Amino acid sequence: MKILVVEDDRETASYLAKGLSESGYTVDRTADGRDGLYLASSAGYDAIVLDLMLPGMDGLAMLGALRAAEIRTPALILSALGRVDDRVKGLRAGGDDYLVKPFAFSELLARLEALLRRGGTAPHASRLRVGDLELDLLTRTVMRCGKPIELLPREFRLLEYLMRHAGHVVTRTMLLEQVWDYHFDPQTNVIDVHVSRLRQKIDKSFDRPLLHTVRGAGYCLRPPE
Amino acid sequence: MAAAKPAQPHLPRRIGRLVRTHAFRLAALYFLIFAASVLGVLLFVYWMSADFVERQTEATLDAEVAGLSEQYAQRGLSGLVQLVAARSAGNRGDAMLYLVTDPSGRPLAGNVAGWPADAPLRTGWLSFTIAGRESGRRQIHPARGALFIIPGGYRLLVGRDISDADAFRDRIRLTLLWSGLVALVLGLLGGAMMSGKLLRRVELVNRTSERVMAGNLADRVPLEGTGDEFDQLAANLNRMLDTIERLMAAMREVTDDVAHDLRTPLSRLRARLELALFGPPDAALHQEAIRAAIDEADRLLGIFNALLSIADAESGARRGQIGSVDLCEVAAAAAEFYEPVAEERGFILSLMTEEGAVIRGDRHLLDQALANLLDNALKYAGGGVIAIRAWREQSRAYLEVADCGPGIPEADRESVFDRFVRLEPSRSTPGNGLGLSLVKAVTRRHQGAVALADNDPGLRVRLDFPVLL
Repeated sequence: MKILVVEDDRETASYLAKGLSESGYTVDRTADGRDGLYLASSAGYDAIVLDLMLPGMDGLAMLGALRAAEIRTPALILSALGRVDDRVKGLRAGGDDYLVKPFAFSELLARLEALLRRGGTAPHASRLRVGDLELDLLTRTVMRCGKPIELLPREFRLLEYLMRHAGHVVTRTMLLEQVWDYHFDPQTNVIDVHVSRLRQKIDKSFDRPLLHTVRGAGYCLRPPE
Repeated sequence: MAAAKPAQPHLPRRIGRLVRTHAFRLAALYFLIFAASVLGVLLFVYWMSADFVERQTEATLDAEVAGLSEQYAQRGLSGLVQLVAARSAGNRGDAMLYLVTDPSGRPLAGNVAGWPADAPLRTGWLSFTIAGRESGRRQIHPARGALFIIPGGYRLLVGRDISDADAFRDRIRLTLLWSGLVALVLGLLGGAMMSGKLLRRVELVNRTSERVMAGNLADRVPLEGTGDEFDQLAANLNRMLDTIERLMAAMREVTDDVAHDLRTPLSRLRARLELALFGPPDAALHQEAIRAAIDEADRLLGIFNALLSIADAESGARRGQIGSVDLCEVAAAAAEFYEPVAEERGFILSLMTEEGAVIRGDRHLLDQALANLLDNALKYAGGGVIAIRAWREQSRAYLEVADCGPGIPEADRESVFDRFVRLEPSRSTPGNGLGLSLVKAVTRRHQGAVALADNDPGLRVRLDFPVLL
């Protein structure tokens, strides 16, 4: 998988390049918006990580030009501007996700992976399946090993999100934003409790757990090996 | 701090400045319109009165001529002469003039001494002069009359001395001229006073804004107490200045708070890293130190984000996010979100909502405010019921969180809204002392209020907002 990093802060850029290479990605770097636009429109990248304030051409303009040229490479915006307004502006300009600096690398990686997968899985599938766990979006029922599991609506939404991102790390912030539409960090470990409730229901009476905690990052739902 | 008083400019420059002012132009326009209307009224009065006098003269003459021509028709020339003689004899004081002459101009009867030199010999209306004698002095009197050439060359002149009418007209003219002049002077004075007053009040506003711009933020435009538009303008400007002053003060406070409260964790972070660097080169210890440093950095970021949220809410920077928000939905979403964690910590979360609590606001900010209140309740109440309520009463919408914890002593209920304030018993629990500051900022952003009250036992935090109509 090839990732383009457009970031003018050298330290952040090399930190990103190092981390992404270690996670198995091929990384190209540029510090200039125009170079970024050129690279993104000529070479085939699987995703772009993009800073907003860049020399040459700012990130929003670059993204706009790219989208105008019908290049739909998923783009993750990295920015020091963290207001909801800024976020909305970035997403409207054609960004697929928005991450505010400073960020944890695990958060970036999780979101990037979510973006890379987006093209692959059919978003409108009516049935999701991970291992022996099955979720039916039409009847809103969940079965594991053919045994029905009763879930509250909020647990159903949470599980649906985890199943759509099965096999990948999902951070607490991603869950807050995507499942609850909350854009702040509660002082209480609310997400952990929600996940542990869900785990009680889908994993407890079964031998092999599906829902795992990834220390320092978040959660991952994956089929047993 | 006294602002420097601007030096009085020289007179010509002051006049020049006066001419350029809007107030002066307004006054000048007012004066022109006033002068034109006064002039118009005076001309009309003059014309009406002068015309009236003239008409009266002509009417009298007409009546006289009619009487004489009737006499002539009945009794011929001799009758006419007799009548003229009779009329001329009695000095009736009506300034009527009569004269009948033979064809050569010799008077036969009448009260005019001789044929007036300037009277043309034509039947019709004419103006002429006669010599009069008043207090022993010869005077020329203007007269108006009608001349008839009677068959046989005899002439009849019927006229009227119009010197009185002329004098009357002159007096009217003089009176009108004077009253016109007085009116113009008054108009000029009034205009000057009006523009001066306007100018003075505008000048007051200008002076104040200059002083404020020079840094004296506490200065205000003085009010006259009349409640007129200038007072309203001044009051609005003063309110604007109040807001600016409050925002500036808030910003200064934030800067101070941030400097104070970020310095401590930052120096702790630095110390920890330094210790690891100079301590024994043990991988496990380093790992531990790095982990602790990351935790500390995360805490710092948490404080930073909370401060930014407060600043956002206070400055109203998120205008784009405003829409209609149902507080019942906010309450229900939060209740659903917090229910598992509350249960796990031994609380009972109750939700009571009544329809209609819809306000105009920013959903994200309101979510966050309610989440902060619930975080606090979970942190401090220890157990029992946490009741979330949303309802409407007349034109107010309420959102309330009540717990059964220790509550907040009445004396501290104001200070808990300040940034970084944490009450004594809570200092040992994690937290940054920004939760209630954000709640307050959010309510203020929504033109609402937040009140703390006793829940007997526990704390009752009630937010109230103007309802969206």
